[in-house]
Amino acid sequence: MDRVRDSSASVAGEAVELVRVCRAEYRAIGRLTERLRPTRQSIRTLQTQFPHLPPSTLLSIFSQEYQKRMKRSMVRHHAPDVVKEYYQRYRSEAKTRPAAPLLLELANQVDLSPALLARLIVECFLEERQASVASRHVLNNMLREPYLIPDLLLAKHVEQCTVNDCCYGPLVDCIKHAIGLEHEDLLRDKLRERNLSFLDENQLRSKGYDKTPDIILEVPIAVDGHIVHWIESKASFGDDHSHHTYLNEQFWSYCNRFGPGLVIYWYGFISELDCQRDRGILLRDGFPSDIVTLCQGPARSRV
Amino acid sequence: IKEEFVPFLLNFLRDQSSQTLTHGPTTPAKTPSTSRSVRTQDFSDRRGNKSTPIQTSRSASRVQLFSPAPSVSPVSGRGEQETPFTGSHCLSGVSALSSPSFSSAWSPAPRNTPSERRSAQRPSLGDFMTSPPEAQQHRGRRRSGGFGGCASGRQTGPRGAVSEEGVRWDGGGRRSRGVGRIEPVSPPTQVQLNFNNLEDFPPVGAAQATKPSRRINPTPVSAERPNSKPKSCFISTPLSLPASPPAIPESAGAKLTAGSPHSLQEERELLRKERSKLAQQTSSPLKTTPVICTPTKTVHRQGSKVTPDPQSPCPDPNKVTQKSELDLLAELYCTCISENLVPCVFLELFFVLQLLTSHGVSVSESGEEAISFCEDNVLEKAYLGNVHNCVYFSVRVLENQFELVSHLDKCTLRLLSENERVGTFSSSLKDHLAQAQENCTAKVLPSPPMFVHSVPFQPATDNRSNFSSDRAFHTFKKQRDVFYGFLREWEDSHKEPGWDFEAALGSRVRMMVSQLTAAGSHSHFARLFQKQLIQMCKGPCVLGSSSDAPDADLLGMLGADSLGRLKRLQQRLVQPQGLIGPCPPPSFPGHQEFFKCFLQTASCCQLNQHLKDGLCQQLLKLDEVSILGPDASPARGEETGDGDMEQQDEKQRFSSVLLTARLLAKFLGFISFLPYQTSELPSRDIQDTAITLRSKSSPVLDVCAVLRSSVHRRRTILTVPWIVEFLSMLDHIGPLLPFYRTALCLLLQIYKMLLGRGGELCYMNQLLMVAVLGWLFQIPIFPEDLFFSTDPKEEVKELENITSSQGLDTLPLVDQQLLYTCCPYLGEFRKLLAAFVAGSTSKSGGLIRKITPTSAELRGPSTSRSQQKLQVDLEQAFFHNQPPSLRRTVEFVAERVGSNCVKHIKATLVLELVKGGEKTLRDSLGLEGVNTAKLNDSICAQLCDAGMQALETATSENAPGAVRVLLPLETSPSVLTTAESITTRLATEKACSWLSANITSTLLKREWKSAFGRVMKSVPSSVSLDAEEGEGSNCTHKVPLGSEVMIEIKVIIANWVSEKLYKLVKTDSLKTGGLLMVIYTKYNLMLRNEKSTKLLKGNTQFTQLLSETISYQKCFIVN
Repeated sequence: MDRVRDSSASVAGEAVELVRVCRAEYRAIGRLTERLRPTRQSIRTLQTQFPHLPPSTLLSIFSQEYQKRMKRSMVRHHAPDVVKEYYQRYRSEAKTRPAAPLLLELANQVDLSPALLARLIVECFLEERQASVASRHVLNNMLREPYLIPDLLLAKHVEQCTVNDCCYGPLVDCIKHAIGLEHEDLLRDKLRERNLSFLDENQLRSKGYDKTPDIILEVPIAVDGHIVHWIESKASFGDDHSHHTYLNEQFWSYCNRFGPGLVIYWYGFISELDCQRDRGILLRDGFPSDIVTLCQGPARSRV
Repeated sequence: IKEEFVPFLLNFLRDQSSQTLTHGPTTPAKTPSTSRSVRTQDFSDRRGNKSTPIQTSRSASRVQLFSPAPSVSPVSGRGEQETPFTGSHCLSGVSALSSPSFSSAWSPAPRNTPSERRSAQRPSLGDFMTSPPEAQQHRGRRRSGGFGGCASGRQTGPRGAVSEEGVRWDGGGRRSRGVGRIEPVSPPTQVQLNFNNLEDFPPVGAAQATKPSRRINPTPVSAERPNSKPKSCFISTPLSLPASPPAIPESAGAKLTAGSPHSLQEERELLRKERSKLAQQTSSPLKTTPVICTPTKTVHRQGSKVTPDPQSPCPDPNKVTQKSELDLLAELYCTCISENLVPCVFLELFFVLQLLTSHGVSVSESGEEAISFCEDNVLEKAYLGNVHNCVYFSVRVLENQFELVSHLDKCTLRLLSENERVGTFSSSLKDHLAQAQENCTAKVLPSPPMFVHSVPFQPATDNRSNFSSDRAFHTFKKQRDVFYGFLREWEDSHKEPGWDFEAALGSRVRMMVSQLTAAGSHSHFARLFQKQLIQMCKGPCVLGSSSDAPDADLLGMLGADSLGRLKRLQQRLVQPQGLIGPCPPPSFPGHQEFFKCFLQTASCCQLNQHLKDGLCQQLLKLDEVSILGPDASPARGEETGDGDMEQQDEKQRFSSVLLTARLLAKFLGFISFLPYQTSELPSRDIQDTAITLRSKSSPVLDVCAVLRSSVHRRRTILTVPWIVEFLSMLDHIGPLLPFYRTALCLLLQIYKMLLGRGGELCYMNQLLMVAVLGWLFQIPIFPEDLFFSTDPKEEVKELENITSSQGLDTLPLVDQQLLYTCCPYLGEFRKLLAAFVAGSTSKSGGLIRKITPTSAELRGPSTSRSQQKLQVDLEQAFFHNQPPSLRRTVEFVAERVGSNCVKHIKATLVLELVKGGEKTLRDSLGLEGVNTAKLNDSICAQLCDAGMQALETATSENAPGAVRVLLPLETSPSVLTTAESITTRLATEKACSWLSANITSTLLKREWKSAFGRVMKSVPSSVSLDAEEGEGSNCTHKVPLGSEVMIEIKVIIANWVSEKLYKLVKTDSLKTGGLLMVIYTKYNLMLRNEKSTKLLKGNTQFTQLLSETISYQKCFIVN
């Protein structure tokens, strides 16, 4: 439990160090992750290699890199004959040594995320049983709650996959979602703490805004000499791919409607990406402490 | 005939100085066709009967050239053109007949192929120099049409001509500068010298002089203009002329200098002499040849730079010849200028400055000078033939036109007063200039808030309920972003070489527009477009200021405004100061280019229609805007403080309205005439058809009615500048349509009648109108014949029927900054003079002011300055996303409260304070050893303090309440507080500016700062900040976050699962995984309805729940 406490302090506390990740370093991390599996062991490896970066940042980078890798190899694994083969292998192995972590082993062998493999196998299993393609809904439910799977052994193996996978699976999705919401809440807290009044997404939507950032400040502030009208919270690491997607789908749209704003990548970002400040998009890796408000001059952050 | 005097005079002066003017773009007389006729007339009466047959043939040929289809004319033109070259003209051109034949030869030149043009062009240069009248004709012609042939034809050959046709509107300014720069470097044709060939020896002065600003925007419009014009008036004049040759000077003189009859006599005499002189000159072109054959070296040097020839003579007042004639000429000329008889006053001023800075060619010595013109009659030759005379004349004119000159910007005045020539020729002028420079209230341009780039989304107008369907709403949502995407892409790349709007964005723009069409949301987009246009282009255009993002570090170090200055400095260093003359063609500087290109590329009739509607509506609304004058009470002196303060606001408002209106009008004109734009002037037949066709449909905006009403209500200062912008966008046919011709004539009336007379108009207002009108009359689209041909009587009656006794025209609304913003080309004066300084220093050393950037100066105050700027920016930003009514309310309340405060202070407080002060003064004076000055200061300070306190309380008591009452009840508290504090600050600021202006002392100013700070502190916003402090922030987040607990548990379970797997436990154990999932989901749900943040924050409950689950499972598994 101690470890839990430590890491939580680093996320929520004021003492968040600036996570400066330049592109070169990011590439180095990327290279290292290429061979890693989505396990806790891998995260520890990364941590020893980049001790100056917070674990959460490394996890986020790793997760994003791993997802990219999976997307690339998706086609290979999803070919019908390949899927058949995986399923057959599981079936035969299950007969000989049912207690072994079969699916995990298989996932490691073929370099596929255990959770994704579990999904494929369950899909095959259902197809075989019902002789028809299972609905997404049913499939998702079975992965979420493995005891719904009629085959007990398979259920056990599937659960083993989903709980061991750091990057995929319903549990991970849930965790990620929670992290996102937590940080939005954190942001709101910080704003209230500073007495900055704002409209949040839901209020905006009810007013009929067509694009809604997490926060619109009712009275703009200045951070580092840049005006901030809106704030978007991103509980992930800002890498090239995700940042560009966000830019096109969200940040520019906000800018086009509400003027300049601030994006907080709580887990850091590639520092080179912060190049649109004069166009109205400022990047930060935490809630800014150097806020200037109207009619006040620079307000010192409270200790 | 009367009207023809002015063009004659103008052309005469230019001819005279053609030799000495070796630098800068020409200031062509805007009278080519007229001058031609005047010339003709001169010839005819000089030659009397002898020339009559030729003359008729000439005019006949001209008719033939002008009226028929253009395909015919080049042929005939060429035919005639060859005659003078191959024939006797050039060398033995004693025959007077040849010179008239020239005139017909030249006219078709512009239409010839470049090579033809070139050949046509070259002799004209030589000719220009040797025989003024002919040169004049050529110049006029060339100017009006052939400059393409003149410059690019010579240098770049066909390419230049082609590209000119293609580009037309696009960035005329930029191109021109490019050409201008290249030009002097590469005169390849000039290298092959043939002394017998005039064309190879464009006289130095002429070569430069004949590259008028026109060439910059080589619109075929102008190229074809002379042919296109209904020349009737000019064709007819020569016929009537021989009958009354002396009538010209007489009537003109009578009109111009009615006050001085004796000078009139002299003038007449002068002109008569002139004419005979011209006759003689034309008869001796042979002798001019030697002069033309100046060594190539000189040609190159002169051509390449504005640097004066080191050998050029130093102008000497003692060497001035024909002083009395020059005085007369100057007086005559000045009268024309003051009476607005010249088409463009500033063009004349430019010409005068050119004379002042002229370098004189090889005619430096008086002996040579004699050669340069005809030897026959030294007395009657060039009055402006040498530098001494030119400078003398120029200085005389400057003296005479001092009022005009003194309104130029500070830098120009300084350059002028420091000009050594001015000093040598008239020390009094120098002194006056220095004085004017002191008085010049040059203001630093307020840096426009660059950070607001987007049009704010206003739910009231932009949410779903404003759209017909969901689809339209979502389409527009996308298109808004796409549009800004284009804008950003353009900003990033439009300066890259080879980037082309059409190629890069064309198909995407059209795609976007077609989607808008499908969704029927053009009206929304048009509104966005218009707002964005105003937002980005209203202010003075700083080219590329936003496109190349300034280095963040630099910005932090210098602060935004000093960075702006740095940028300007950089621009000055990087860009050579290309002179483009005071009348550049209309252009779309800065971001305007994006909007122009967008419209051109989209070419969407729906969008254009919606835009036209919107632009018209807003223009007329702006035109009606009411600007308050100072209070009717005419009492001046100290009382004006209050009035001045309000006046300042009104001035700012006016300038904002005017700039917006000009911008919108330009785009309205652009869109309206876009369908009719053709790269070439249509032939006469097509013209006629088009005219009949188009005069049936109603124009987009009833310009004439707007103009008339503005004259009646004395609001021309607002209306005329934007109408000028609108009309500057006319297509070829436009000015020929009766409607627009009437409008142009109306403007002419205003220029000649209302402005020329001065009257009640405020001087700066008048100056602005004279500047913009002069510019309009000088740009290619303005029919050349119109200026001197309109009958000034018509309409005037109607115009004079002014109904309103007080209007905008009489208010002091225009200041220098606005003048220069509206007419950036006035900066050309500065460039010209600066170029002269740069040149002359190379000779005399010194005088160049080096700009040494010192970092020390910038560091200290910059932080506070940028802090201040940040506050201003924040304030602007605050209004950005609020409904516009909020801003109006705040400004209104601030204005009223501030004004009331001042009134209150004036009525009661000042009296009390002064009384108290007096008492203190008396008391302390009774004491011994008192320093009176010190005492005075301290009392003054006390007074100010007391005043300030009174102010402070008054504003902070009144402003917030008023704002609160006026804003909607639903306004959120923080918005309200901010609005209140801004209002209080504005009101205090207003009142304080009055206070500091009226109870002024340096001490007060210092005092005021701290007082202001105090006021700010007492403002409620800070209170509100502290108010809610204690509560809310109990959460310290010391407890682990739910998600982290989840991760931990997942790990624990993973370990158990693998440990216990081999046991193949019962289904029940499996359920723990499922249970976990349920808890996770529940947690997320909790997070989502953020109402239960307590739970989240405390987190303990959740953690407890989880640990319970775990222990439960543990037991289960163990069992």
